Amino acid sequence: MSKSDMYKFGIVVFPGSNCDHDCYHAIKNVFGQQCEFLWHHETDVGRFDCIVLPGGFSYGDYLRTGSIASLSPIMKSVEKFAQAGKPVIGICNGFQVLVESGLLPGALMKNSSLKFACKWVHLRVESTNNIFTENMKVGDILDIPVAHGEGNYFCTPNELKALNENSQIVFRYCEKNGDLTPESNPNGSIENIAGITNQAGNVLGMMPHPERCSEEILNGTQGRLIFESIISWLNLNKKEKDRA
Amino acid sequence: MKEFKVKVEVKLKPVVLDPQGKTVLTALHNLGYEKVDDARIGKLIELKITDEDAGKVKERVNDMCMKLLANPVIEDFVVNVEE
Repeated sequence: MSKSDMYKFGIVVFPGSNCDHDCYHAIKNVFGQQCEFLWHHETDVGRFDCIVLPGGFSYGDYLRTGSIASLSPIMKSVEKFAQAGKPVIGICNGFQVLVESGLLPGALMKNSSLKFACKWVHLRVESTNNIFTENMKVGDILDIPVAHGEGNYFCTPNELKALNENSQIVFRYCEKNGDLTPESNPNGSIENIAGITNQAGNVLGMMPHPERCSEEILNGTQGRLIFESIISWLNLNKKEKDRA
Repeated sequence: MKEFKVKVEVKLKPVVLDPQGKTVLTALHNLGYEKVDDARIGKLIELKITDEDAGKVKERVNDMCMKLLANPVIEDFVVNVEE
């Protein structure tokens, strides 16, 4: 990849974020992109091409997971960034921040088992109608690790209907062969939901950790597909802009 | 201006499963309290507020609940204002 193809990724750091360095490593060293940490007091993220809300335990999960972080100064700017159609990805605690901020519908509750789920899961790709699964096909199965205590996705029946109708459900937990079973669901989330986008398809929230499976040395590389999809989309977007 | 004591009860909505409550229910049964039929776990938030009157306080705390103290997707809340 030539230097001109490098994009600027911003990783938001809240007090208590702990997957920020994993994301930084993957984006910078594995995908060769530019990357910067953004302290939650920043108020302008307009100079970036993609914003990452990493996993962790922002504000010690006080009140509700992600609730305090969703009110940090940087989130207003992230909202504006999202409204402009640019890619925002929230992983694990980042997903919790996105639902609390209202950028994504629903809520994430305690795992129905009451246990912290730390293991590899299978995900079925349910939609490619967005920036993050462009390089995949519906029905593809990915192996990705989860590590969370509150990933039990919940939303109202109307919201669920809308998510299904607009193809906003991107990943569901499944068996190795793709079957959706209660056993393959690590947290009790509604309809085995593991990741959703907003209606426009430029904001993704997902509980599993693609940054933890983007290199051979980590025993899995399918997380790459998500970052590569974002980069493909940025390339396409850049070409269109250059042409215009 | 008067000082008010406000108690906000935040509970999971009845339609939302409460695994923590279920676990506590089982533990109560294990202790021999078999007559307990259900247990649900919520939060109690106490606030001290100085404002003009109880009506205004209630209105503001309702606002705080919608914006931060409760998550209206999964939780109900009750606001009690005392002088």
